[in-house]
Amino acid sequence: MNWRAARRVAAFFGKRRLDRELEDELAAHVEFAIEENLERGLPWHEARRVALASMGGLEQAKDRHRQARGLMRLDILLQDLKYTFRTLGRDPGFTAVAILILALGVGANIAVFSVVDTLMLRPLPFPNAQELVWIAPPPQKCGLSCATYSTDAYDEFRTYSHSYQDVTGYFSYSSPENLNLFAGNGAPIPATGIDVIANFFNVLGVQPAMGRLFRPADALDGAAPVIVLSNPWWRRQFHADPQIIGKAFDINGRQTTVVGVLPASFDFGAVFSPGSKVDAITPLDLYGPPRGWGNIITFIGRMKPGVTLAQARDDARSAAPHLCWNNRNPQTCGSYVKAGIVPDALKEYVSGRLRRSLIVLWSAVGLILLIACVNLSNLLLARAMARSKEFAMRATLGASRSRIVGQLLTESLILSAAGSLLGLALAYFLIFWLAHQGAIALPLLGDLRIDRAALAWTFLIAVGTAFLFGIFPGLRMAGGQLAEALKDSGAGAGQSRRHERVRSVLVVTEVALACVLLVGAGLLLRSFLRVLNIDLGFQPERGYAMRVDVPNFPVDGNANTPQARQAVTRERTAFFQQVIARVTQLPGVQAAGISDYLPLGQNRAWGTPWPKGVKQPDALATGPLVYVVTPGYLRAMGTPLRGRDFSWDDGPTGQNVIIISQAYAQFLAAYAHWPNEDPVGHTLSSGDQDLTIIGVAANVHEETTEGDAGWQIYYPQTQASPTGAQLVLRSTLPASTGANAVLQTLRTLNPSQTASELRPIQSFVDHANSPRRFFMFLVVAFAALGLLLAALGIYGVISYSVTRRTQEIGIRMALGATIGRVQWQVLAGTVRLALMGIALGAVASLAAARLIASLLYATSPWDLPTYLGMVAALLAVAVGSGYLPARRASRTNPMVALRAN
Amino acid sequence: MSKLDLLQGTLDLMVLKTLAAMGSLHGYGIARRIEQVSGDQVLLNQGTIYASLVRLEQRGWIASSWGLSGNNRKAKFYSITRGGRRQLAEDARYWERVSGVMERVLRMQPGTAELADEDGEPA
Repeated sequence: MNWRAARRVAAFFGKRRLDRELEDELAAHVEFAIEENLERGLPWHEARRVALASMGGLEQAKDRHRQARGLMRLDILLQDLKYTFRTLGRDPGFTAVAILILALGVGANIAVFSVVDTLMLRPLPFPNAQELVWIAPPPQKCGLSCATYSTDAYDEFRTYSHSYQDVTGYFSYSSPENLNLFAGNGAPIPATGIDVIANFFNVLGVQPAMGRLFRPADALDGAAPVIVLSNPWWRRQFHADPQIIGKAFDINGRQTTVVGVLPASFDFGAVFSPGSKVDAITPLDLYGPPRGWGNIITFIGRMKPGVTLAQARDDARSAAPHLCWNNRNPQTCGSYVKAGIVPDALKEYVSGRLRRSLIVLWSAVGLILLIACVNLSNLLLARAMARSKEFAMRATLGASRSRIVGQLLTESLILSAAGSLLGLALAYFLIFWLAHQGAIALPLLGDLRIDRAALAWTFLIAVGTAFLFGIFPGLRMAGGQLAEALKDSGAGAGQSRRHERVRSVLVVTEVALACVLLVGAGLLLRSFLRVLNIDLGFQPERGYAMRVDVPNFPVDGNANTPQARQAVTRERTAFFQQVIARVTQLPGVQAAGISDYLPLGQNRAWGTPWPKGVKQPDALATGPLVYVVTPGYLRAMGTPLRGRDFSWDDGPTGQNVIIISQAYAQFLAAYAHWPNEDPVGHTLSSGDQDLTIIGVAANVHEETTEGDAGWQIYYPQTQASPTGAQLVLRSTLPASTGANAVLQTLRTLNPSQTASELRPIQSFVDHANSPRRFFMFLVVAFAALGLLLAALGIYGVISYSVTRRTQEIGIRMALGATIGRVQWQVLAGTVRLALMGIALGAVASLAAARLIASLLYATSPWDLPTYLGMVAALLAVAVGSGYLPARRASRTNPMVALRAN
Repeated sequence: MSKLDLLQGTLDLMVLKTLAAMGSLHGYGIARRIEQVSGDQVLLNQGTIYASLVRLEQRGWIASSWGLSGNNRKAKFYSITRGGRRQLAEDARYWERVSGVMERVLRMQPGTAELADEDGEPA
């Protein structure tokens, strides 16, 4: 049997030779027959006739032979294809529009599928990524300090938990540009590094591209400093030097040896801090100074095979009481029980909160594809109408129904294949663009690519859409009374009228679908505008920030005696005072100040200072975030302040002063019963320190733009120890002109100042808003596309109906109908269709809006202006796309129209 | 009496048998032979013989080659292969069984219930 199949395939390809042989054979056959008939005494003509008759027809014989010999079905398909290409080629306008519509729909779908696949469906880019968990307390008000653990806690957790192959972590407080690379004689080059626990890469399963990754010995106290470079930094900064391993560079003043280069596939930022780049990784010394820094480590664990998340959670609960904030202080043991230690799938941490947005995005492109299908269905139906006589003719000549439907489906498949190919190309560019949007705070964006899954999805979509838009016209064509079509005189006949009704239904559907898209996009857009208008508690416009390198003295007050600490503070104060004085003199600069952390950046908490003499409640809320600032910082940031600002005279030996945020003041006032609830002049105690409140600052959104503004407490830099320094200035000049002047000023005060960037404060806000902006932008773009497709659909149907009724319109105009009346009638028809679609769509939108309710900010899913806007937009589009055919109708020359047909 | 319409599949068997009995033959010869043997009772559409021939050849039951006929005309000659003979034996057995059963069924009289257990052995 297999032999036969192989021979049939061979026969399929050897058609020409086999046909020639058959020709000869049949010719011989006829000759034999004629000869025999002649012998029987028949005259030549009769002999030939009888011979041919007993053959049963030469062509039929050949056909039977071919059927038995080759692959008839494939032959038919090829015939259909050839025919399809010919008919499509004859109508290039239709073909181009159809392919373009499909390409837009399919392209959007492939691109979004790739995004969804990368962020949601595909496992994280680590081996056995399902074993990886993020271990943290549930979110709290006190920022990173309450989302991290101490080094001692790390050790104990590793000892007392039993669910993990191993646990690792990284230092959460690394700030951007925390590395200064001194290469050659120039100014230091800023770079961003992260400290990780030595087993970090082992737990994640990352292999080096070159050299090695960390060993436990690298992280020991006093070990020689080593560094691992990220692949992009190695290429950019070190020109992909293949001999880089073993070379040492001065980084932050220490000779640091490069031991390895990470593979291009590992991007720390893409997974753990989306939208930021990390250039290098260094080992974290667990038993050195970090031991005294409190909660600094973020945990990541790799569960043992077969351990479930629930088991890991139980395990963490039982390990929690063994953990101490500091082992030397037994009172702190068990302090993590209250906050909790909750493992969650790492993937959930990385992209879990995007799930809803992704689903909405996916639905949006699904709607686009549906609209495209409806549009195509409509176009094909119009075409099928025009070709109904052709089909009727073929049916009369003996084509079976299945042959005709098959022919129509072949056409659909060809169209959708061409559309999908073009769509794939569009998606490729879109994805390329998205993958290079480094500033969008979305994880794994750099991993975006068209992979096998995306191709499979494309194939599925191509076939699915072909059937969706092709089967309907196909069945209608084959199911209709084909013979009727031959009699149908065209204009005004019943068959055509039924077709028009079907097409109207399609248009209504299309408008309804576009309506849902528009409402979704409108709601997201309004939410986004609301988010832009949030009072952040500071003014991003015209505000700029630059990292300042503090020279010579230990930055974090590592001095051990109070006197030494004070000396450091004084030196630093003098330096900062000079920086601010000089920078303020630069042209355009109106205010300047320094803070160690900035809003929407890093943060930390130092407990909860409490009104002096007031009893603390047992379950104390989590503490305010701490900012150590210079005088003038609040003014430079544009944060309104009641009371007084810090002054340079609030020295280390003077009264300890603080400024607190309004919300924190209100919270405390409820316990302290201050007169008029005014905290200014009252004292808080924190440990053994008394802190006098000198001012109340506006609430600042310090972690997210959309979330609640938390509590803040400001310490004067003249009394407390800052962690680094960010210069903030308010300037009338754009950053590009100011940057150099600021850098030069800093260089005159500290020659080893890094060439840091002067970043607009707005860029922090934009970064925080980037995921919302991203989704909003895509959905709005898709809605616009949907609207365009709907407009095309309306135009097509109205224009077709006008053409069909040319005669009727001509008669009416001949009978005295005015131009205005004819136009009005066509427009009214259009608007009626649109209104039906809008009514349907509005109902559907009301239901669908609930799905995106959780993505909205300060916007009701039933937001009236959005719905009104949608109605206005769709009506405008309907009138616009109905107007052209209406005008054409009114220009009808009655004489010409009547003569036609 | 009208001519017999050929049952599906019977033509292949006839062609095999004809070739087995007559040796090498061309298409026309096979067709004529079948007509003659049937006493011109079979309505043979001679054109169908070629579909049958290509089917049998693809299955490897017959082989073909071009040669010269008795009156010096070029024609394609078919002959049965060893596989074809095996197939012929098998098909012939099958046909005999079918025709035996058909015969008995058609001879059935009202009330002859013992037909079913007349003999247990296959016909």
